[in-house]
Amino acid sequence: MNMFISFLLAIISSMLVDNVVLSRFYGICPFLGVSKKVKSSLGMGIAVVFVILLATLICWPLYHFVLVPAGIAFLDTVVYILVIASLVQLVGLFIKKYSPSLYKSLGIYLPLITTNCAVLGVAQSNTDQGLTFLESLGNGLGTSVGFLLVIVVFSCIRVRLESANTPKAFKGLPIALIVAAIMAIAFMGLQGLFVGLGS
Amino acid sequence: MAKEKGKTKANLLKGIINENPLLVSILGTCPALATTKTVEAALGMGLLFTIVLICSNILVSLLRKLIPEEVKTPAYIVIIATFVTMVKMFTNAFLPELYSTLGVFISLIVVNCIVLGRAEAYASKNKVFDSFIDALGMGIGYTLAIILMAFFRELLGTGAFTFGKIFTFIPLTKVQIIPKGYEISLFQNPAGAFIVFSIILAVIAFIKNRKAELVAYNEKQEKIRKLQEAKAQAAKVEGGNK
Repeated sequence: MNMFISFLLAIISSMLVDNVVLSRFYGICPFLGVSKKVKSSLGMGIAVVFVILLATLICWPLYHFVLVPAGIAFLDTVVYILVIASLVQLVGLFIKKYSPSLYKSLGIYLPLITTNCAVLGVAQSNTDQGLTFLESLGNGLGTSVGFLLVIVVFSCIRVRLESANTPKAFKGLPIALIVAAIMAIAFMGLQGLFVGLGS
Repeated sequence: MAKEKGKTKANLLKGIINENPLLVSILGTCPALATTKTVEAALGMGLLFTIVLICSNILVSLLRKLIPEEVKTPAYIVIIATFVTMVKMFTNAFLPELYSTLGVFISLIVVNCIVLGRAEAYASKNKVFDSFIDALGMGIGYTLAIILMAFFRELLGTGAFTFGKIFTFIPLTKVQIIPKGYEISLFQNPAGAFIVFSIILAVIAFIKNRKAELVAYNEKQEKIRKLQEAKAQAAKVEGGNK
């Protein structure tokens, strides 16, 4: 039971309280780059959830059962990025074979995920903070769902911004960043969420 | 020789001004927002970033004829990751304060689009020296850009500049500029980072718009002047005919 609660807390805290994009600043590039249309942001978000979960599932055992016993724990970054890059390729091939329609909508975003720092960031911080396997999984799930949530909401607002009458200098990216700032302030309000729960 | 020198200078300057990776190409935004709480942290981040960029650009340029086209990107990523690991270990050993401040963002230099972008777009096609200059220019441009962001965030967020906390070899100094109690701590929060970045980009867009308007205005004036001249010429000819 206790383990389950810590798993749940890890999910909620990394999804809402310490959101990837708005408070930890991972994955800002796709957040700004692929959020002009709701549909493409949804595709990107789902692809990220997919890859982060798989990367967490592979990287944690790899670090604890291969790298540490072999005494080459310092090579973690190199190994992780290789795992992620090949994972992205593999996921691409897999989806292409079994669900061509999904591949059509995700296809172009898959290669972009390799350079999404959320994926490497989660894998790295899982081992840096010494989380257990279940907590890492919760962290990965929460982070990726948090990313999905924020990028979809953000793209919905951006679609409306297109027709808004903004000052000329703020057109495009600057006003989008102001929106992100306001969203970050809104998410700051969730920081007291766990105070009421005690422990 | 002079021409060669001018070319090198232009190559260096383009990364700092016209093709500034952060402010013009909008690349590498994650560390720019995450590590700019203080000027000192931004300086440290910029320094590590520049070192990695220079090393990877030089090695990629050296190996540009050996790496086959098909495995280009994975090869570059491994090269970059190796240098990042080295830089990480050096920082941990010699500047532990910087290591703990930047945390996971040192590892994340691996997935910084600028490093991979320069390797693909420049170092894989150019000579070693040119690649070195290109990396130096891009690194300095990026460092200056994030220091600019950190300047406003630290000034408005804490009202003071603190040095010596991360680079422990200089004595701890604190310069209070805005009196205590008047600082806006929002600028130390993530939201403040977005606002500062947005305003800097807006100012740049404003300057660009002004320049474009000025050019358009000058062209229009030139057109009007030419038209008037032609008219005057025609009137003269007509007057002569009478």
